[in-house]
Amino acid sequence: MSDQHNGNGGNGRGNGRGQREEKIAVYVCHCGTNIGGTVDVPAVVAWAASQPGVTVAREYKYMCSDPGQDLIKNDIKELGITRVVVAACSPTMHEPTFRKAAADAGLNPFLLQMANIREHCSWVTEDPVAATQKAKRILGAQIHRLPFNQALNPIDVQVNQDVLVVGGGIAGIEAALKLAEAGKHVYMVERNPSIGGHMAMFDKTFPTLDCAACILTPKMSALGKHPNITLLAYSEVTHVDGYVGNFTVTVKKKARYVNTDLCTGCGACQEACVVRKVKSEFDQGLGYRSAIYIPFPQAVPLRATIDPENCLTLSRGACKKQSCVAACGPKAIDFDQKDEEVELAVGAIVLATGFELFDCREEPTYGYGRLDNVITSLEFERLSNASGPTGGHIVLKNGETPKSVAILHCVGSRSVNHQEYCSRVCCMYSLKFAHLIKEHLPDTEVWELYIDMRTNGKGYEEFYKRLMDEGVNFIRGRAAEVTDFAMSPEEEGKLIVKAEDTLLGVVRRLPVDMVILSAGLSPQHDAKEVSQIFGFGCSANGFFLERHPKLEPVATVTDGVFICGACQFPKDIPDTVAQAGAAAAGVLTLVNNVSVKIEPTISYIDPEKCSGCHVCVGLCPYAAIRVNAETGAAEVVEAACKGCGVCVAACPSGVPQQRGYLDEQIFAEIEGALVV
Amino acid sequence: MSNDAFEPRLIGFLCRWCSYNGADLAGTSRIKYPPNMVPIKTNCSGRIDPTFVLKAFQEGADGVLIAGCHPGDCHYINGNYRTAGRYALLEKLLLQMGLEPGRVRLEWISAAEGDRFAQTVREFTEQIRALGPLRWNDQFADLGGGDDQFDDGGEAPSGDRQLEGAAV
Repeated sequence: MSDQHNGNGGNGRGNGRGQREEKIAVYVCHCGTNIGGTVDVPAVVAWAASQPGVTVAREYKYMCSDPGQDLIKNDIKELGITRVVVAACSPTMHEPTFRKAAADAGLNPFLLQMANIREHCSWVTEDPVAATQKAKRILGAQIHRLPFNQALNPIDVQVNQDVLVVGGGIAGIEAALKLAEAGKHVYMVERNPSIGGHMAMFDKTFPTLDCAACILTPKMSALGKHPNITLLAYSEVTHVDGYVGNFTVTVKKKARYVNTDLCTGCGACQEACVVRKVKSEFDQGLGYRSAIYIPFPQAVPLRATIDPENCLTLSRGACKKQSCVAACGPKAIDFDQKDEEVELAVGAIVLATGFELFDCREEPTYGYGRLDNVITSLEFERLSNASGPTGGHIVLKNGETPKSVAILHCVGSRSVNHQEYCSRVCCMYSLKFAHLIKEHLPDTEVWELYIDMRTNGKGYEEFYKRLMDEGVNFIRGRAAEVTDFAMSPEEEGKLIVKAEDTLLGVVRRLPVDMVILSAGLSPQHDAKEVSQIFGFGCSANGFFLERHPKLEPVATVTDGVFICGACQFPKDIPDTVAQAGAAAAGVLTLVNNVSVKIEPTISYIDPEKCSGCHVCVGLCPYAAIRVNAETGAAEVVEAACKGCGVCVAACPSGVPQQRGYLDEQIFAEIEGALVV
Repeated sequence: MSNDAFEPRLIGFLCRWCSYNGADLAGTSRIKYPPNMVPIKTNCSGRIDPTFVLKAFQEGADGVLIAGCHPGDCHYINGNYRTAGRYALLEKLLLQMGLEPGRVRLEWISAAEGDRFAQTVREFTEQIRALGPLRWNDQFADLGGGDDQFDDGGEAPSGDRQLEGAAV
């Protein structure tokens, strides 16, 4: 192992076999029956043993177990193995495990390769004979590659201890508070004028019926006051540079037109404002706010914001009175304020950007937006909330009390037309609504129309049982339509819900006064763009894609960027809080280290061979290649290179090479993949 | 000739962040697809040098898939745009070398698209099965240059000469 990671990588292109004899060990894992059930492992081992350079080939039931790893370690020590290939699962899964085992036995970890014969072979191939042959090809590629592998050393980079949390709902608040309590400085960026997210709009939380505000607002206020937290509300992340431990984040602070250092949050301006009929976003359009407003009394930060679209001064320079200016004691209003950009340096990032409610207009058969008294679940939350627009009175649009209410489950969810997935919280919040209606209006008839009742949480099934005893009517069947077309005298003036009662086997028409649409949870409309800013992607359903669905549910493919809460997938508050804790733990595991090791698979350029055409310079996405002023040759700035290899493929002379992905390594893989 | 008994040999160059993980997802989801393609991983599809493709054909592959992140999703900002640019040129080059169009295919497959990965391999396998074996080395052998590197200055065969020998 005399090769140094910065040694001459050899720029020869596909010049056949390795120059030196390597002693290769091959291990083929059965993975129980996951591989061994389809692939003829003994046959693969026998074949591998006959391949050039292979000193020993073994099979084992579970290579990732301690005895499996010991096989590798012992062979390295006793047989003088210089290269190792483990044919098992995806390298994403266990490459770190086996590389560590190799390192423990004194072999440079980059001299070990994995052959993915599980995800790419046994799990996807029906015919055992074909699977066995494919396994040989996948393994052959790695056996041929190994003689060209070089010993590499991971690069140490310093880790910035500060953390960015994006999104100030319950997920972000929880993660930020945990990190701040652990002594990290946290920047919290929230798009809206106040933190609180959806939870701040809720009335009660299921199944315990705690008041949402009572359990959330103390956390909001603690966050606002925390010495370790810098809150950037009404701000958005526009750009992220850098890498794990060393991110540079650009944040746009939108103009509030109010000097937040001077504003005391007294609210006199919103009382004085002449534009008073702007639909309140916080109240889901059921209530009104002024053009200058504090979204809700417990807002954090408790500061006014002017909405420039509705403010007469800002939209058309036409406000004669400017009564807000007169009303503001501390003279905080500043119509000349501009958007501001700030740059933050952080070591890790937590995204907790939450969800959007499914747009019920996309299910037109339910009449939302067309029929009065068809409302969404969030609208009902505000309606039943004591701090809401009706002071907690559940009323119809005309102010009367509903005598009957139908709650329609799975609006937008579990639908071939909209969202295929179950949104996980709607059954429970629908039950909560039924309880709240019965509590406020005991004489009101409540109907729940459901496909399946999904109450899979602590105390949830018990809550469902309780509701059955409270006199709520349950109909198993998805509503087909909501109409105001009466077909009998008792349907006159009512909303009629049509549904098949699948337990009775009849189609029913239910005349009711109010229909609540239990809308599913959708990804944020800009989830894709946001995920791209942070360098990862979204799942097919549009939510943020986790690194591994089971073992890395809060990590992303971008090292140092974590996700939690409903931005990953719909989840209730207990699961969200748990995930926020997991994300905070992930961050701490990273930033508590002074330095972190990053992969050394970056490019290098031999100045002797570079002719100085500089094609690579312009192609590098990270401006990591510069021209040496003296020699004219291109050179790689190691700290900036991320190892995409674009320069390697672009150079007309093949001078740049990427460590770990040398041309000769790939060529050898191609050869090996095609030998059998 | 009938291609029913012909099992194409395919190489798939997959970027590590999207398409390789998409292939992994096809595996964890147990989606079955033909066994003809052997995946080779690079960090970015932008690392895929056109000579890799030529090398694969030289070594006996009948078809080559290049798969990367969707436009805008590249883990390295814009590496996949370089891939797309090179692919357009590569297609022309291969045509001039006498390869039928369709032996190389570029696809964008995200880490969440296991089904799309499986479907791509299914389609591509059938596409190459329909084209038949490449037999490129035989043609080079006819010219007495079968074992040479492409960039060794060997005389390039004319398109017509190629097509005669190709199984079309």
